[in-house]
Amino acid sequence: MKKWIEKIRAFFASKVAPKVDRFMHRLTHNKILRMSFTHLTLFNKLKIKITNQRRQTSLGYLFILLWIFGFVIFAAYPVFYSLYLTLFKVRLDAGSLQLAWVGIGNFQAAFLQDPYFIEILVNYILRMILNLPVTLVFALVIAMLINQDVKGKGVWRTVFFLPVIISSGPVISELMNQGATTLPSIQEYGFIRFIVDNVGSFLANPIEALFSQILLVLWFAGIQILILLAGLQKIDKEIYEASMIDGASPWESFWKITLPSIMPLILVTVVYTVVSMSVFSLNEVIIYIRNIMLSESTPAITTGYGYSATLAWIYFLAMSLMIGIFVGALSIRRKRWQS
Amino acid sequence: MMKKMFVKDTYKNINKATIQRVIKHRLLGMKFSDGLVFKILIYGLLISLGYVYLYPMLYMLTNSFMTVSDIIDASVRWVPSRLNWENYVVVWEAIDYPRALWDGILLAGLPALSATFSSALIGYGFARFEFPLKKTLLALMILTFIVPPQITMMPTFRLYANYGLLGSIRTFIYPAILGQGFNGAIFILIFYSFFKMIPKSLEESAQLDGASPIKVFTKIAIPLAIPAIIIVFLFSFVWYYNETFLSGLYLRGSDILTLPLRVEQFFINYTSIYPEGSQARELMQAAKLAGNILTILPLLVLYFFTQRHFVESIDRTGITGE
Repeated sequence: MKKWIEKIRAFFASKVAPKVDRFMHRLTHNKILRMSFTHLTLFNKLKIKITNQRRQTSLGYLFILLWIFGFVIFAAYPVFYSLYLTLFKVRLDAGSLQLAWVGIGNFQAAFLQDPYFIEILVNYILRMILNLPVTLVFALVIAMLINQDVKGKGVWRTVFFLPVIISSGPVISELMNQGATTLPSIQEYGFIRFIVDNVGSFLANPIEALFSQILLVLWFAGIQILILLAGLQKIDKEIYEASMIDGASPWESFWKITLPSIMPLILVTVVYTVVSMSVFSLNEVIIYIRNIMLSESTPAITTGYGYSATLAWIYFLAMSLMIGIFVGALSIRRKRWQS
Repeated sequence: MMKKMFVKDTYKNINKATIQRVIKHRLLGMKFSDGLVFKILIYGLLISLGYVYLYPMLYMLTNSFMTVSDIIDASVRWVPSRLNWENYVVVWEAIDYPRALWDGILLAGLPALSATFSSALIGYGFARFEFPLKKTLLALMILTFIVPPQITMMPTFRLYANYGLLGSIRTFIYPAILGQGFNGAIFILIFYSFFKMIPKSLEESAQLDGASPIKVFTKIAIPLAIPAIIIVFLFSFVWYYNETFLSGLYLRGSDILTLPLRVEQFFINYTSIYPEGSQARELMQAAKLAGNILTILPLLVLYFFTQRHFVESIDRTGITGE
């Protein structure tokens, strides 16, 4: 690998870089624009003095120019356009969009008329509330286990990161269909049946779903494990030694030292987990939104693009709310520790 | 003679209490976390959790080799009665695997290359220059990570449809080269924190020697950032390779498809041809798993050779070092 890097580097320095340089030189030394060390000349007439601040600004914007274009075309424009469409009934007519103003009609339809959406959304929220702590605790436990003085740290990290590499929609849906995402032994334990039978269907469905896909939930922990592990390794060992001399038990030092020091990273993993679970292609809500968007011929309550945009926005708000609640809850606890 | 006596003497000295102490010391260690009990506990937990983690993969691997009779037979659980390549042959021929694989690699590789190139530029711009509105723009960039594609996909879909780009690989290259590919914000952040970590003095000295800022970028910053480049390319490749939601939308009905989608497509066709309960339908369960294995095989090979870069990525990118 090292040799290859060296080769790439050599190739870059000898072949690519000179050509880029020459091109860039032409760009800054021509009739229209001439740059010297202190002045910028436009059309051989207009002379602008280059101050350090001006140089920083223009160079900075030059480097992020691509991103600004991308942001406008692929982020800002679609976001505002879809927000705009939520107010319309949209019909596709000979390739062009026919808009008919409905105001908040789409939102009303989503909450009052749509027979499925609210159910799916509530299900999603409950499931997230159950799954997120499971994923986080699991990631933390694994990270702390690997952080112990174990042999073959690299091997363990490799094993627990593997699902990140291979989890794509069809692969996982196939595993789910064949029941490979749950452990056979979990199903055989009576206590899950007991829970499911006793808490009412409102909570029972998400709980049952959690256990029937427990491995899938855990598979979402790959990146989180690495983030938390990196955080754990940054904690100074001397703090633990000092606390041990002062008589702190491992249990106490976990709550008083480990957790507070990796709190910022836990917040990062919370956001990452919510986002990655929410945009995963097997998510029910996502599939529902896409189906509505593509089924242009079901005019009953669905108003095509406008309605699917509405659903997407409601979904986004639910997702942001979730991130807000989780991050808020964790921050409150942190304040209590600090005082 | 002397020696023997000595040995005997020392044995005599070791009484019951000492033995107990030694055993206790061995088991629990000086501070519990270096004792044998603790070690067994840790390794036991790691191995069992590792098994749980890998269970679906093992299931996939063994069941993909099973014949129809093996699947029905409840006594065959882990080891198939014989190594049966038939499932693989079926899928291999049906999807024209070499071509499908090449398509998949192309569909993942080109956008990944573009994303790497653009995020290196953008990350460098954010890390090295001070300009007005920088904080705002950074915040906006992080915000783009949280906005789900469901919000943007519809207008983007219309945009592509209007310009006749649907069904072409360009639907993925254009956003990638403008820093808006899948998880583009993460990659920009990786380069951002990486360039922040590199000491500025090297670039400053080059500047004093008369190198233009662009020369500094190409000759000094980029060669130093090769670890970050590898990480970003690998992650981007894997995510593009596995992506099925947007590619299912943009590439619908075209003849260029990602590998997971092509395998899925094949099975949808397959199901519609054969009636419920027929012999071929029974075979499908194993064949689907074989298709899955064929899908993830290139990634496994890639991961096998480059796993060091994946697992060290987080350390290198400085997410943890504020």
